[in-house]
This record gives sequence, C-alpha cells and structure tokens, in this order.
Amino acid sequence: MFDLILLISLLLISFAILVALYRVYKGPSMPDRIIALDSIGINLIALIAVFSIYMRSTAYLEAILLLGILAFIGTIAFSKFIERGVAIERKHD
Amino acid sequence: MSWVHLMIVLPLLFAVLIPLLYKAFPRIHTGWFVLVVPVVIFGYLATYLPMLANGETALYEIPWIPYLDINFTVFVDGLGLIFALIISGIGALVIIYSIYYLSKAREALHNFYVYLMMFMGAMLGVVLSDNMIVLYLFWELTSISSFLLIAYWYQRKQSRFGAQKAMLITVLGGFAMLASIIMIHNITGTFSIREVIAQSDLLVQHDLFLPAMLLLLLGAFTKSAQFPFHIWLPDAMEAPTPISAYLHSATMVKAGIYLVARFTPAFGGTPEWFWIVTFVGLFTLIWGSLNAVKQRDLKGLLAFSTISQLGLIMSLLGMGSAALYFNPGDQGVQLHAYAVLAAVFHLINHSTFKGSLFMVVGIVDHETGTRDMRKLGGLMTIMPVSFTLAVIGSLSMAGLPPFNGFISKEMFFTGTLNAANLDIFNMATYGAIIPIVAWVASVFTFIYSIILVYRTFLGKYQPERLEKKAHEAPLGMLIPPSILGFLVLAIFFFPNVIGDYALKPMVASIIPSAAGVFDDYTISWWHGFVPELFMTMAVVALGLILFATLNRWIGLYNHMPQWMHLNNWFKHGLSGMERGSHKVIDWHMTGYIRDYLMYIFITIILIVGGSYFMLNDFTLYTDNLASINLFEIVLALVLLGSTVLVMATRSRLTAVVSVGVLGYVVALFFIILRAPDLALTQLAIETVSVALYLLCFYHLPKLKGRGEEEGEKFKVGNFIIALGIGSLVTLLALSVNGYNLFEPISTYYGDSYDLAGAANMVNAILADFRAFDTFLEIFVVAIAALGVYALVRLRLEKRGGTDESQ
Repeated sequence: MFDLILLISLLLISFAILVALYRVYKGPSMPDRIIALDSIGINLIALIAVFSIYMRSTAYLEAILLLGILAFIGTIAFSKFIERGVAIERKHD
Repeated sequence: MSWVHLMIVLPLLFAVLIPLLYKAFPRIHTGWFVLVVPVVIFGYLATYLPMLANGETALYEIPWIPYLDINFTVFVDGLGLIFALIISGIGALVIIYSIYYLSKAREALHNFYVYLMMFMGAMLGVVLSDNMIVLYLFWELTSISSFLLIAYWYQRKQSRFGAQKAMLITVLGGFAMLASIIMIHNITGTFSIREVIAQSDLLVQHDLFLPAMLLLLLGAFTKSAQFPFHIWLPDAMEAPTPISAYLHSATMVKAGIYLVARFTPAFGGTPEWFWIVTFVGLFTLIWGSLNAVKQRDLKGLLAFSTISQLGLIMSLLGMGSAALYFNPGDQGVQLHAYAVLAAVFHLINHSTFKGSLFMVVGIVDHETGTRDMRKLGGLMTIMPVSFTLAVIGSLSMAGLPPFNGFISKEMFFTGTLNAANLDIFNMATYGAIIPIVAWVASVFTFIYSIILVYRTFLGKYQPERLEKKAHEAPLGMLIPPSILGFLVLAIFFFPNVIGDYALKPMVASIIPSAAGVFDDYTISWWHGFVPELFMTMAVVALGLILFATLNRWIGLYNHMPQWMHLNNWFKHGLSGMERGSHKVIDWHMTGYIRDYLMYIFITIILIVGGSYFMLNDFTLYTDNLASINLFEIVLALVLLGSTVLVMATRSRLTAVVSVGVLGYVVALFFIILRAPDLALTQLAIETVSVALYLLCFYHLPKLKGRGEEEGEKFKVGNFIIALGIGSLVTLLALSVNGYNLFEPISTYYGDSYDLAGAANMVNAILADFRAFDTFLEIFVVAIAALGVYALVRLRLEKRGGTDESQ
C-alpha cells in the first residue's frame, strides 16, 4: 500500500516534469523557460527523494543536495545573464 | 667467408674511401685509385677459369639471416663467372676511359666513382649470388646506382627525366621479380637457385608456375630493355658516355639476360617459357633495329641497337630452352643448346663491340661537341684511330667477317633455322617466321651499322657546324676502345679459346643436360657453303641497296602512326595516373567533416552490420529481462521527447536546453538503476557542460541571411544513415544481452570492505582495485584544462593585440 502511494506520487511528479518541459519548449519568453527549468530541478529533487524512500536507501541524499545547489546556481546564473548579458563579471581595473 | 665474397663487397667498401681520396689528393684524378679495384677483381676471378673449363663449380656461404633461409651464398659457375669477368674487365676499361673523359676540374668526380663502385659491387652480387633474396637486394642496388648515374648531371632536365623513367620501369620489374621469388619460395621451400633448379619438375607442375614465371620475366624484360619496356634505355643516354658504355650496353642491361639464363634450367623446357622469351626477344630485335635506323643522335642509335641486340640474345635463350625438353643424350639437346651457345657467344661479343662503339661515340662527342649525325661527317682523316675502331665495332655489329659479330650472327641464324624445324610446342605451324624475322632484323642492323660509320666519318667535313675544332682524342681515351677492338678481332681469329674457357661452362650452366655435348665442338668462322652464309650474303646485298636508297624511304618513318610511339604511352600513362589520382582525391577528400563522418558511419554499417547479418547472429533472449515500472516508461518518454526535440527544433537554444534535459533524465535513470555516484557526477557534469554550450551559443556569429532560429534542413541520406546506425547498435545491444558466457567478476568486488576497507564499492574500484585508470583519467582532465588555458591565453602576436586589452 505504501509502495503504491509512492509509485503514484512518482508518476505525478513525472507528469509535472513533462508539463514543465512543455513550458520549456513553448516559451514564449526566456524567463518562462528558466522558471520552467527551475521547477523541473525542484521536481527532480522531489522525485529522487520519493524514489530513495521507495528504494529504502539513503545513498541518494547527496544527489538531492547537489541538485538543490545546482538548480539554485543555474537559475541565478541564467537570471544574471538575462539581466546583464554576462554570467561572470570581470573585475574592473 | 671467401675471397669471392670479398671481391663482391670490395667495390662497396672502396666506395666509402673514394670521397676521402678525392679530398686528400686533389691533384691526382680520382679514377686512378678506383682503377685498382676492377683490376684486382678481374685478376682474382680469372684464376677460376681453368677450374670451370674442367666442368667444376664452387660454392661459398656466409650465413646472414639463417632462420629465414637468407644467406650470402656465392656460386661460381660458368654463367656467373663470365658475367663477373665482363663486369670487372669492362669496368676497368671504362674507368680508364672516364679518367680522360671526365674533367678533373669541372666534374664532381667523387660522386661519379662512388656511384660507379656501388654499381659494380651490386652487379657482381647479382651475377654471383645463389640466394634469390640476396640477388634481389643487389638487383635493386643496380637500379638505384643506375638512377644516380643517369642523373649525374642533375642540373639538366633531360637527365632527371631519363633517370626517373629508368627508375620507375626497372623498379616496377624489380618488384615483380620479388613477388616471383616469394612464389618460387612457396613452391619449393628454398631461396637457393641451385635447389630451385633441382626441383624444376615440382615447379613447372605447380599452379603458381605461370604467375611466377611471368613476374620473373617481367623483372628480366624491364631490366634488359625488352619490348615494350625498352623505352627507358634511349632516355638513359643522358648519362655520361662511360656510363652508357658500361651500364647501358655491357652490364646492367644484361642483368635481365643473366636472370633468364639463370632460371632457364628451372622454367625452361615448357612451351610458355619458350614462346614468351623467344617472341619477346624477336620482336625487340626487329623493333630495335627498325627504330635505330631513324635515329639522328649517335647515342640514340646505339641505344636502339643495344635494345635490338639484347632482343637477339634473349630470343636465342628462348630457342635454346627447347633443349631442356629433350632427355639428356638426345640429338635434340645439342641441336637446340646450340642456340644457347650462340646466345652466350653473342653476349660476350656484344659487350666488346658495343662498349668500344660507345667509347668511340663519346670521343666524337668530346672532340667535336656534338653527337648529331646531321652535323658530323668527314672525320676519317682527322680522327683515324677512332675511325678504325668505329669500323671494327660497326662491322662486327653488322655481322661481317673478320669480326666476332660475324661468327655469332652465323650461329644466330643456325639457331633460328634449328628452331624453325622444331617439332614441339606447335612450332611446325609458325616456326618459319623466326628465321625471316631474324633475317629482316639483320638487314636493318646492317643498315644502321653502315649509317653510324658513314654519317660520322665519311662524307663532307662541316667545321662551321661543329662547336669545337675536331681533332683526335688523347691516347688514354683511345686505349680502352682499342683493347675492346683488339678483342673483337682476337675472338674472331681464336674463337675456341673463349669457347673452351667461357662459352662451354656457360652453356653447361644454362642447359645442364648439355654439359659435355659441345666438348668436341670447335667454333670456326668458316663452315662451308651453308644456308647461313647465303643469308649473310643476302643481308649485305639488300642492306647495301637499301642504304644507297636510304633518302628515298627514310621518310616512311614520319608516317609511323602516333600510337606506335611508346614514349607517348608512358608519358600519357604517367600524367593520366597523376590526373586520375588527383580526381580521386578531389572527389572523396572534400575537406568537410560531414562527408568523412558519412564514410565512417557507412563503413561501420557495412562491415559491422554486414558481418552481423551474414553470420546471422541476431538473438533475443527474454529470460533474464527485468520487469518494467511505469515511471521508467514515463522517464523513457521524456528521454525520447527531448531527443526528438533536439533534432526537430529550429532554435539552437532549445536544442541546448533539451540536451540538458537529456542529461538530467540520464541521471534519473542512474538513480533508478541504483548508481548514486554516477548520478551525482552526471548531474554536476551535465550542468557544467550545458553552461559551456550556452557560452558557445552566446558567442556564435550572426549568420548572414539566416536567422539563428533557422535549423538544419532535412536530408534523406543523413536520415537513412542515422537510422541505420541506430538500429544496428540497438540490435547489437539486444543480441549481446543474450550472451552470458562467463560469470561476472563483480562478486569479487562485493567484498570490497574486507579487501580494501571500503564500504563504497564503486569508489573502491576507482581508487583501489583499478586505480591506474583513474590516474590516467585525472591526467586527461589535467591536459584538457591546460589545453583550454593555452587556447584561451596564447594568441598569435598579430591577432592578440586587441584581445589582450580586454
């Protein structure tokens, strides 16, 4: 019963990813895509978390942490790129 | 190790010293030092003559590469020794001649004598080697040294052209010969010529007999300038005259003759050998004599004359090979071995008179500044000695008494008449052609011999057309041709001296069953009123008539159709091959990576897929498959969707993002398949690489006329190839999945905690069990990082100016 619930939630998260993917594809503007990517990243975290419960394993917790950091950094970098044109600014001489 | 071995390598060893002598004694002509070598060789080898006359042979062996059956074996028998004596004897005369011919001040003498010694050593090696591989080694060395000697005056374009042509043709033949040697080795299991001859029966019955024979003959015919490979010889006349006299009349062009003679006991007695050697020889004979008549350059005339005479010797060897068909003791053996006797006799005679004629022509060239017969004439009273020598040589070449050419020409006619009556090999039908062709060729030989003397020494003296004031040559230059001229006469009057000591051992080498049959035979210049004598008389009569009316029919040569000029074939063949290969390269080496990738993928499909389907190895095991979860299907669908998106999207940005999605889904698959370390790494790497793609994307230039939102056009060919590769790899993966030949070794690593003290098995493998791989992967990353740094930082000076300031 517990496994079934986990599977259903996995499925739901997967469909959420698919929906977000459609937004990535459709756009229409760049921020739309970035927000969609960010939500895909968060959904992936949820997916891995549910999956690790399903597998009864703690080996995936590092992946969750890493994904959280990456999604955050990625979104920040993208946003900065859209706002200023570069992701990493050079030092001013 | 024997003295004969030393004699072969002596010229090669001495060649090392020549440049030192040239530097150390600038006042003395280097040739005087070099002269010692052939004299010593000749003197030593001559001591073997009495032994040979008794019918004995000698064999000396030095192991070289014994486990490959390659040994430096020297076999001294009649054939080899007489050739070696001709090589060293005429070599000595040519060196004397060259001392006076080549100026000490103007010429690079050390080069000349080094090449000449190389050639002499190589040639001695060819004729004395018993091992076929060693024979081939020396054979190629003669080609190379001949190449160097032809292009001695390398500043001239014609010399380089002639050298290149000679090299291409003779090396082609050399390679063919090597192939033949390997075939013979496969059949008989030995590289020793004597042992091959002993297994002659095995050889001629083997399937490889015909290809081995044809390739061997290709080698011999290219070297000996037989039709249609004779075209290099006239162009080789750009060499200095001593070289023409030595290489291109007396020695190197006879290497092919030697090869045919040497292998006659192995291949002879078969119809193929008989027909090919005889008819190629006869055709070369008549072709060379016809072409010699129209030459205006003296050396050109002598070159075609050499071709013609080589054809004569070759055809005699072919006719003589019929003797091997008969059992020892038969009447036929002596009858047909007579042709071989004539061949070796003419071989010696040709070396004497042709060497002398070349030297005389060299003298004329040297003292008048031209070799063009249209400018020459009337030199008889100015150069009486040269004139006398030219008459001796020419009349010997024409086959008149009292010169040695007469005897061998008579024997040639006898040989052809014997061959015409041969009742084997279907000769009864076509045999009559042989004497007729031989006779016609002799008429033309007579004509060009007369032309040579008449145009050069008789007629009107035209001093205004000559570059120098003509005068007689110095004594030293006249001595070598005089010695040869003396030999021409001496052989005529005492033919049996040379017959006993040289010819009979040579015949015994070429036709072993004929050893001894000529013991009672004496060569005489008068043998009664026989058909041969009348043939010679008719040659002289018709030759004189044709010579008298030369101006009326010489114009016929201008009507020779263009395709009969074989030089054009060579020239067009060469340029056609160049153009053809240019076209092939231009066609497939387009410079576009997309084309090369296409070749690679098509090759993979054809080879891997082809063998896969030909072996019919497609298997699908369903026993060991795991069950599929619903979320795995969903993930696979996402994977598929983003893959299609990468291909179908018209925007680069969408493609980059889709690749990112792909990577993340792969990471999810790693999680599902229980590989947390892989998933971690995959996530991080995917993020970094997507960021790098975006970096590249941002810096892409704006394309003219194409918006960046425009994708690639659909191409059917690419689609098919992609589909082919994809389905091939899928099918392979499915098939491989079914095979589980051995138990996996992963159970061993399962104990990683006990073995390495590590709870994480993947990391234990990476850093402990298989740490070497990790070490080198680190190396790869380090190189990549340094490479990127170097690419970004190091700019060329010119372009870097603006970049540095940013």
